[in-house]
Amino acid sequence: MLDYMTLKLIWWLLVGVLLIGFAIMDGHDMGVGTLLPVLGKDDTDRRVMINTIAPHWDGNQVWFITAGGAIFAAWPFVYATAFSGLYWALLLVLFALFFRPVGFEYRSKLPNPAWRKSWDWGIFAGSAIPALVFGVAFGNLFLGLPFYLDDTMRSFYTGSFWALLNPFALLFGAISLTLLTLQGATFLSHRTEGDLQARAKKAASIATVVLLVAFSIAGFWVSRIDGYVIQSIPDVGTTLNPLMKEVTRAPGAWFANYNAMPILWLVPALAYIGGALVLACLRSGKTLIAFVGSSLACVSVILTAGIALFPFVLPSSELPKASLTAWDATSSHMTLNVMLWVALIFTPIVVAYTGWAYRVMSGKVTRDFIVKNDKALY
Amino acid sequence: MIDPTVVELSRLQFASTALYHFIFVPLTLGLVWILFIMESVYVITGKPIYKEMTQFWGKLFGINFALGVTTGITMEFQFGTNWAYYSHYVGDIFGAPLAIEALMAFFLESTMFGLFFFGWNRLSKGGHLAVTGLLALGTNLSAILILIANGWMQDPVGAVFNPITMRMELTDFAALIFNTGAQAKFVHTVAAGYVAGALFVLGISAWYLLKGRHLEFARRSFRIAASFGLIGIMGVIFMGDESGYHVAQTQKSKLAAVEAMWETEPAPASFNIIAGINEAEQKNDWSLQVPQLLGMIATRSTTEVLPGIREIRETNQERVKSGIEAIIALEVMRKNPADEAAKATFEKHRQDMGYGLLVQRYSPDVRQATPEMIAQAAHDTVPKVAPMFWSFRIMVGLGVMMLGLFAFAFYSGIRGTIQKNTLFLKACLWSIPLPWMAIMIGWFVAEYGRQPWTVFDMLPTYLSASSLSVASLLGSIAGFVGFYTLLLIVEMYLMFKYARLGPAVLKQDNA
Ligand code: HDD
Ligand code: HEM
Ligand code: HEM
Repeated sequence: MLDYMTLKLIWWLLVGVLLIGFAIMDGHDMGVGTLLPVLGKDDTDRRVMINTIAPHWDGNQVWFITAGGAIFAAWPFVYATAFSGLYWALLLVLFALFFRPVGFEYRSKLPNPAWRKSWDWGIFAGSAIPALVFGVAFGNLFLGLPFYLDDTMRSFYTGSFWALLNPFALLFGAISLTLLTLQGATFLSHRTEGDLQARAKKAASIATVVLLVAFSIAGFWVSRIDGYVIQSIPDVGTTLNPLMKEVTRAPGAWFANYNAMPILWLVPALAYIGGALVLACLRSGKTLIAFVGSSLACVSVILTAGIALFPFVLPSSELPKASLTAWDATSSHMTLNVMLWVALIFTPIVVAYTGWAYRVMSGKVTRDFIVKNDKALY
Repeated sequence: MIDPTVVELSRLQFASTALYHFIFVPLTLGLVWILFIMESVYVITGKPIYKEMTQFWGKLFGINFALGVTTGITMEFQFGTNWAYYSHYVGDIFGAPLAIEALMAFFLESTMFGLFFFGWNRLSKGGHLAVTGLLALGTNLSAILILIANGWMQDPVGAVFNPITMRMELTDFAALIFNTGAQAKFVHTVAAGYVAGALFVLGISAWYLLKGRHLEFARRSFRIAASFGLIGIMGVIFMGDESGYHVAQTQKSKLAAVEAMWETEPAPASFNIIAGINEAEQKNDWSLQVPQLLGMIATRSTTEVLPGIREIRETNQERVKSGIEAIIALEVMRKNPADEAAKATFEKHRQDMGYGLLVQRYSPDVRQATPEMIAQAAHDTVPKVAPMFWSFRIMVGLGVMMLGLFAFAFYSGIRGTIQKNTLFLKACLWSIPLPWMAIMIGWFVAEYGRQPWTVFDMLPTYLSASSLSVASLLGSIAGFVGFYTLLLIVEMYLMFKYARLGPAVLKQDNA
């Protein structure tokens, strides 16, 4: 068995990997859904868009579910505190997500245009709202969430839903929305042709520029706010609870990790590299590489935020010492160990058959194909 | 302190969202195997009608699956949103099977779900059959993992309380996974799903036969459903007995309530077929009994004594008192970890700590608990008897009815007399809701019967809920119920429409 501290670190990375997997895989579905009313000029166009992701949306959505399950298993304190505290934000995401499975599955089951139009808006809401809310939630982490723990480790949240919607966090929301839209746009560029593809490429270029500008502003803004610092904590290789440490706030503290290890600056730099790749490859028609470029941007944006926060996961503005960190919000040594093995065994299997499924379904989706297979497709 | 209304509303919300989820789950679990059987016949015989059958029932499967997924997403997050203290207290154990379920089962089923529908022309015959098989495997794996999680709440093995983190922690992963109660529960629940899938196909096929439409198609579907359903219902009944045995071993309070057994009887105890339950005086006003039967079924012996409700409540008073000692010692220990005397007291009483937590409901400071409060806490350890007693009997009655139905359907399928008996065909059609009724009632027996605990003997329900406001809960319940009902109506509409159209929905008019 690996030692406890190493496992805690590995699980921080694994949760990051799951979030990145979510952004890349479910992200391109959400991007397609968000672009549905923007790029789909008529019903057939919209069906082309939907059918590029039709065989995969459900599998991709499981990245989201797995991230939820993994946080439950590896960081039960976080699962309990975040989801009960951000109750209405999470329910908003859930209610929006409800539209997706039914939207995809039911939309084309009836020819009625009003029926189809309604589901199109449902798919749009089910894609854009979660993409936005995830970013807003992340933004609020940088500000600290208003919660505390009592000495039985019960968490109490003292803030309101509306307070989450502050300008700083909304900027983060805009970043995540553009990031996932970009992901959808590059995917569509790869899987469609003709006019629709041209529109998708244009959307991808715009999204790239907006993303990089917003990302840069956010970086600057973060340098102006107070971050959190652990003043003292017992040996992180032992069993801890969150109340055993001392935490203070300090200006610019969210840059501490980057200042301590300058090589980490490569991580945010990757977003710009990914963006450049998207712009260059769309022009030259290498759409698959453009998709890789936007996926790199996903990796970069998520890791950049994670590294800035590390080791914090949920900083508490109400009672800073109750902040949840990668050191003291985790499961027991045994659970982390067992779950690591589970992840090591199953993740490659999942990646393998997902790749196979994409291969089986590869190729462009065309208008002609939709018309010919009217009854069999979404 | 904890607002009791919040707890009640959280239970209501969990029960309604779980029951909604479980409208769709059983059909997925059962229908997927029927698709696999039909497609296997197609691959072996090469007869196109079996492909048509797979595709048509597959359409209905897809309509149902979408809502299974929709309602399932809620469940994955609801432990965190609404049962935050529960999630903290047992997440170390309970989170694991949930995460494993996602990695091992959900990915598989949902990836194959896409290929099942869109892969017909891109995969070889054998390749597509393999996809359908993996889809079936995935759904059933998801059932086993979630039921391991649920089984652990009924019988929390392989875990111990850690005073530093104030929660239960895993000590034996194998015990969690190979919990025998969970195994019995898995087979009972999954087989119940097979029954639901089979009766769904049986009933709709019967309707086509009544209407004289798609006869060849309907007869073949009917026969497959009858055979599959017969196996299913036999499995349900057999494993129901097994579940009952396990309950008798691990949850005496649930068993006593299900059987309305107020007094401890000399072994083997007699079985109440029906009874007039008098909760206030803790007795049955009258009853129709079979001597010795209960003892034999529940303990599989003639000598093991089953405690009655009075005795259980009596003994549990002692456990409450002992639990109070544990809580007091824990408080001392947490202030001063070096206090050896407190540690020793805690070790001595830790098995009863959950019972101490029960009395905190009445007296947040357990030192102030009065004898009345202790008696009340002990009284709470047995759920209300009448709902348990009657719902169990309805479930069993429905099981027996469906056994008869499938046996007759199977017999007339072999004899080739299906179409002659229109009365029976009508019975098949109208019986479609029966498995769902039995299933909902079954969950009620299992979950309400566990009260007052979320984790049996360890964590009371009232402590498990999140610290939310009543307004938030009222809003979210209204949201869930409203939204789900709307989706359910849409789903039923499509289901009826597609079922009425029959296999004609597959025909491409412009191809
Ligand atoms: C006995 C079986 C069983 C039970 C007790 C539950 N489920 Fe379920 N669930 C399934 C059997 C199932 C399934 C058969 O695998 C579903 C239903 C229909 C479907 O599409 O997959 C499913 C879907 C489903 C999904 C969507 C998966 C996807 O996208 O493919 C999630 C996230 C959950 N469930 C989560 C839960 C949770 C957290 C439960 C505990 C309260 C729960 N389910 C109870
Ligand atoms: C989908 C099938 C399920 C159904 C239909 C179901 C049904 C119910 C019902 C009726 C209640 C309310 C009991 C009451 O408060 O009187 C309940 C409560 C609860 N169940 Fe289940 N349940 C299901 C699956 C599960 C599973 C798989 C788990 C855990 C893995 C679970 C955990 C809980 C919890 C935490 C509560 C709330 C606390 C309580 O009231 O006991 N349930 N469920
Ligand atoms: C005919 C004899 C039957 C017996 C003896 C039986 C027995 C039981 C028992 C003892 C439980 C409670 C288990 C627990 O508390 O952990 C249970 C639960 C349940 N029953 Fe049955 N049952 C029968 C028929 C049925 C039928 C016909 C169905 C549906 C088609 C069904 C569906 C369920 C479900 C879904 C549950 C909840 C899950 C579980 O705890 O296993 N049962 N049953």
